[in-house]
Amino acid sequence: MTAAVLTADQVRARVRELLAAHPPATTARGPFLWARFDAGLAWVHYPEGLGGLGAPRSLQAVVDAELEAAGAPDNQPRRIGIGLGMAAPTILAYGTEEQKRRFLRPLWTGEEVWCQLFSEPGAGSDLAALGTRAVRDGEDWVVDGQKVWTSSAHTARWAILIARTDPELPKHQGITYFLCDMTAPGVEVRPLRQITGEAEFNEVFLTGVRIPDAHRLGEVGQGWAVARTTLMNERVSIGGMRIPREGGMIAPVAAAWRERPELRTHDLHGRLLELWIEAEVARLTGERLRQQLAQGQPGPEGSGMKLTFARLNQEISGLEVELLGEEGLLYEDWTLRRPEIVDFTGRDAGYRYLRAKGNSIEGGTSEILLNIVAERVLGLPAEPRDDKDLAWKDLAR
Amino acid sequence: MSSPAAAPLDLLYSEAEEELRTAVRSLLAARCAPAAVLDRIEGGSPHDPGLWRVLAADIGTAGLLVPEKLGGQGAGHREAAVVLEELGRAAAPVPYLTSAVLSTEILLGCESAESADLLRELAAGSRICVPALPLTLAPGAPLPAPVRDSGTGSLSGSVTSVADAVCADVLLVLADTGLYAVPADAAGVTRTPLVALDLTRPLAGVTLDAAAGTRLADPATARAAIAGALLSGAGLLASEQLGIAEWCLTETVAYLRTRHQFNRPVGSFQAVKHRLARLWLDVASARAAARAAADALAAGAADAPLTVAVAQAYCSGVAVRAAEECVQLHGGIGMTWEHPAHLYLKRAKADSLALGTTGHHRGLVADFAELPAP
Repeated sequence: MTAAVLTADQVRARVRELLAAHPPATTARGPFLWARFDAGLAWVHYPEGLGGLGAPRSLQAVVDAELEAAGAPDNQPRRIGIGLGMAAPTILAYGTEEQKRRFLRPLWTGEEVWCQLFSEPGAGSDLAALGTRAVRDGEDWVVDGQKVWTSSAHTARWAILIARTDPELPKHQGITYFLCDMTAPGVEVRPLRQITGEAEFNEVFLTGVRIPDAHRLGEVGQGWAVARTTLMNERVSIGGMRIPREGGMIAPVAAAWRERPELRTHDLHGRLLELWIEAEVARLTGERLRQQLAQGQPGPEGSGMKLTFARLNQEISGLEVELLGEEGLLYEDWTLRRPEIVDFTGRDAGYRYLRAKGNSIEGGTSEILLNIVAERVLGLPAEPRDDKDLAWKDLAR
Repeated sequence: MSSPAAAPLDLLYSEAEEELRTAVRSLLAARCAPAAVLDRIEGGSPHDPGLWRVLAADIGTAGLLVPEKLGGQGAGHREAAVVLEELGRAAAPVPYLTSAVLSTEILLGCESAESADLLRELAAGSRICVPALPLTLAPGAPLPAPVRDSGTGSLSGSVTSVADAVCADVLLVLADTGLYAVPADAAGVTRTPLVALDLTRPLAGVTLDAAAGTRLADPATARAAIAGALLSGAGLLASEQLGIAEWCLTETVAYLRTRHQFNRPVGSFQAVKHRLARLWLDVASARAAARAAADALAAGAADAPLTVAVAQAYCSGVAVRAAEECVQLHGGIGMTWEHPAHLYLKRAKADSLALGTTGHHRGLVADFAELPAP
């Protein structure tokens, strides 16, 4: 199975073959994406037959650049971010051959959107305390419980789900990981209206939902280990965006400062400069991390980028509302809307200010991430805890 | 209007730079342990000439910025930055910033035969040369002119807060008629040691009374050379600040893993862990900022002044915060003279005034990024 490592030129040749056989100008979007997946150019570091070539991950950038230059359609990666960033690497790591073949292709092409049924009203940062139950019944599992903060649930065809399969065991041991059909009877998705007025997230109620055992990912009771793969990929995908100098949240504030001198005060000037500098340093830190990764020496800075961006987004958007003076008292629209993706651009300052509040909560709260940095990067001892050996059913709730 | 686009930067360390670091670090471990620095300070002679000889001449770090044709290493700012990181980590009492960076850059900007001769000696580590300028002088700030030439290089005037003047062999003096090299022991030169906040980088007042010097450059060349040196110095000082912050973080983490209170390691308390995790984030960010400044200076990037101002505005604060956290989280021991934390706090705080305060550098960012004051 082990092939020689592909070079950038060899990968480029494959792209040219794809483009010759399926010219983007005359090929419909769907068939082009299928052909790209089957040519191993979806995610080149995945195995052959599963959308990849077993090539170094860094060669994906070569593929993307060539295809963009040729005007090829993409798979709308932001719309299907949960599938690409979280479900796919977990299925690749833990799935059976049959599961990989069934799920990865429509996931990558965007024909099947995925969502993540992890958080619960009583299990957020203490995710392993979750109470959604899955009980074996013949060839199926029967699932009952409630999930929350589920983005994309209203458009999703499939979900990655963790549920408790043995309440007698300590909380990390009695969990199993499933792939849940969102069209199955008993799955009910309700919009969860947020601080911005929009319902970008959902609550998901699961009542007697039957999941075939063939859709279990990993062994029974090993769900926590599988979930950790998902969570690790989630934090990488949240913190790893590349931005130009004065990109991101600082851009609209700097633009307003330049274009509207009547808004300027000395106090705002000092704070703007401080945040501009911090945003520039954050950009450089992210750039340094990418250079380390490219050299095959991943640094621990990755754990920190999400923390930095959460804090900066909140401080910068807060400053922006204040800078706008009377305009800062207004809000664009409180109508309940259901966006498919979160997009900070093209929205007003009030929206950015409110939405950024989620940045220090979603995908791991800043407090939990600081614990992770302290323990895994700095090697500080864990706080003593008494929940690790207690059966889940005996935990305080 | 928009801010200048960023030049591509190499933010990592090369293999050669890591080798240089290893050499400097092992020298400092052997010759410049915190207890030894404290001993020298208490003995009243903070500078360590023996350490300087090995560092400057034997390892050859004094000539990193000097071209090979002038007897230097022909390296650059990236390498000098690595040396400064290690010197910051050791709070080393050597005149590297003043002699091997500031004076060297000034002399390189003079392009005269006299300055070339002096550069050869600096690169060889056989002489120490210090600019007779206040340590607080910042890039972009108006240059002071306190020294007058009463004719044929007879210089009179006085300058305050001159770093490392006490150990200097030569002073670089900016007078109204140009830049002069004045032997530190020449007739008419008085160096008065001051009681400095930073015990590891001594300050002195310098008074000239009809002292004789060798003219190195005319006034315009001198001013341009000094402006360039202040930019390099500020950019490289960020690396010294990074080194200070790294020592403080590493030392504090090591202490809190073993120090027990309430029957637990102090480092297991979440309130303490979060402070250290935040500090680690700041230090990781400071490394990116300091590397960016060193690389931009080395490459002569068009946006180097902005990158330097960003690094200086950011790294000053991180070094001070790291040193303050180090004192606080060591508890009572952090307040004692015997623990070296105070050496780092004093160096960090003095560094935050050196070559421009955070506020000054923020003002420069406002200019470069076109974010004008009201």
